[in-house]
Amino acid sequence: MLTVRDLQIAQGVFELHATFDVAKGQRVAVIGPSGAGKSTLLNALGGYIPSTGSIMVDGQDVSTAAPDQRGIAMLFQDGNLFPHMTLAQNVGLGLRPSLRLNNDEQGKVAAALDSVGLAAFGDRKPGDVSGGQQSRAALARVLVQGKPLLLLDEPFAALGPALRGEMLDLTSTVARDTGATVLMITHAPEDAERAADQVIFVDAGQVEAPRPVSEIMDNPPPALRAYLGR
Amino acid sequence: MARHTQPINTCRVTGPVAAGAVFSLILLALAAVASRAQWPVSFGVADWAALRFTVWQSFLSALFSVVFAIPVARALARRRFAGRQLLVTLLGAPFILPVIVAVMGLLVVFGRAGWVSQGLGLLGLPPLSIYGLTGVVLAHVFFNMPLATRLILQGWQSIPAEQFRLAGQLGLPPSVTFRTLEWPVLRQVVPGAFALIFVICLTSFAVALTLGGGPRATTIELAIYQAFRFEFDLGRAAVLSLLQLVVAGSAAVLALWILPPIAVQMGRDRPVQRWDAQGAGLRALDTLWIGLASLFLLVPLGAIAVSGVMGLAQMPVLVWHAAWTSLWVATLCTCVLVMLALPISIWLAQTQRGGAEALTLIGLAASPLMIGTGWFILINPFASPVQLALVVTALVNAMMALPFAVRILMPAMRQVITDYGRLSASLGLSGLALWQIVVLPRVRAPLGFAAGLAAALSVGDLGVVALFADGDRATLPLQMYRLMGSYRTDAAAGAALLLLGLALGMFWACDAWGRRHVDG
Repeated sequence: MLTVRDLQIAQGVFELHATFDVAKGQRVAVIGPSGAGKSTLLNALGGYIPSTGSIMVDGQDVSTAAPDQRGIAMLFQDGNLFPHMTLAQNVGLGLRPSLRLNNDEQGKVAAALDSVGLAAFGDRKPGDVSGGQQSRAALARVLVQGKPLLLLDEPFAALGPALRGEMLDLTSTVARDTGATVLMITHAPEDAERAADQVIFVDAGQVEAPRPVSEIMDNPPPALRAYLGR
Repeated sequence: MARHTQPINTCRVTGPVAAGAVFSLILLALAAVASRAQWPVSFGVADWAALRFTVWQSFLSALFSVVFAIPVARALARRRFAGRQLLVTLLGAPFILPVIVAVMGLLVVFGRAGWVSQGLGLLGLPPLSIYGLTGVVLAHVFFNMPLATRLILQGWQSIPAEQFRLAGQLGLPPSVTFRTLEWPVLRQVVPGAFALIFVICLTSFAVALTLGGGPRATTIELAIYQAFRFEFDLGRAAVLSLLQLVVAGSAAVLALWILPPIAVQMGRDRPVQRWDAQGAGLRALDTLWIGLASLFLLVPLGAIAVSGVMGLAQMPVLVWHAAWTSLWVATLCTCVLVMLALPISIWLAQTQRGGAEALTLIGLAASPLMIGTGWFILINPFASPVQLALVVTALVNAMMALPFAVRILMPAMRQVITDYGRLSASLGLSGLALWQIVVLPRVRAPLGFAAGLAAALSVGDLGVVALFADGDRATLPLQMYRLMGSYRTDAAAGAALLLLGLALGMFWACDAWGRRHVDG
């Protein structure tokens, strides 16, 4: 469902090349050393930095589309919620940027908040809830957006290991409920094993094709072995 | 295929249009002025005298402001005491204090019949006279010494506390600490503060109007006014305007090179622990400087309050009319300013092409009276400029406040783009929704602050309006000036207090609006 051909991103002296396919419904961990280009890859797919080549989502060529027209939802490292708006409003933005929601849409927002365990928190602002609850609210928005592809640029990096695992499980649930395909950046191999079906290894600007997580973890190629320290 | 995606894409057209409108209004004024000047331009004895006085008083004002600011800033940087925060806040007050109100306060204290002169009289000494060079420089120092103090204090606070800790650990004496830590910073900040104040004083009008005058104390700006108002010699006003533009413009270009970043709001402001300044002598010295600076700033302000309360009852009804006029002029100015500053600042925040610097340059170089003269010439064939005096005043005020507003808003706009640009794009927020949902709530605090500054500057401005207005039309500062001119000192003092209240009130209202509901 995601088809990337001859994607090239140049940022100063750094260059990134990618050609790969991801099948529908797969959860793919993007793994690799710092500075290898993981975030760059996701930002290019999302439409936030310029690139050449072609990106197809669900059979649509979105290479030149605006970020919101790509069928992609993305969670960033931080700044996923507007701090001056309530959690319900933040979720509502995923349905309608004008925030003029009808009853039906308000019901959807409430249901989404409920399904991430925030039913009672809709009126709170991000500053008044915990980091984990902020992550849940962001996931609730992903849920109402209902986009076919979800990109995670380490949105849970600031959470502790237990909470991070919980959020990854919740992400898997959300992805399953919406039928979304997921690309998530991670530094921890155990996260990949917990929440991913496949792994894309990125090293020095080269993006490898996805491989099943068990295969690559049991028998990592040399560069990945060096990165994992195994 | 190549493409470029910008996280926030707004005001790509309105930003340049707004900036272009401001530039062209100024250029039109300049062209109109140039068309009236007699070519080749020639200067008379009085013009050279005005030039000499303008430069000399600016030099002295900048010099005294900076020289006195250094010890005060040092004392504030290294001492903690009750009321310190209040004093630092007060250092920002001259930004919103109407010039003519301050002049009134200085006259009550230092004038011929003022408190100091009365004290001298008891000792059998002659009274002070603060008209002429002394008064102009005194008023400029009153306004700019606090600005210099804030700029230098900022420089001082940019020295990391760890460095002073290290100096304390090594037991460095004060002189060595000064040489190694403080002098390098001062060397950077002080010339910039000096240059900024020098340029500001070059185009100062209201101080020269009220305290200067005569062949020995006329600035170029005042000479423009006199040529226009008393001789109605548009040709001479035009020539003087060009002279003013050349002088202030070239000084502003020079100053911009060494200009420190103008932070109108103080960031985290706390004194650092100093191990080198614990001696009793240094403590006494710092206390003395802080005391002197506080007296110099507070006594004239207190004088306005005291004499104003007594004068309130003596105010003619004209003063209330003028106050109402000032209120709507300032409101119009603030609205125009906001309409200009928002698109320009977000456009500049996206493009980063030194646009803010160019705007600041124009703001420093273009004198309000030059623009006023130009517009008078432009409007005159079509309509009565007198009828439009108040609208023109509001517009010129807005343009004068624009560089400040853009400098205040731009960091916040950059922050919005960095923090929420991608999120907004991913949600498809654009146009009006982007402004309503993302930008305005995020820049509300600096917007309120900038609007407050503009309102206060406008309500207290005595510039273009003095050029245009007739007997039927007056803003409060102009009315107050007329009262002073007709020796109705008590009524003028009452008007000063009213004006002060209006300026502070408008600033407070805008700033409080900005601070309300700010979270995250």
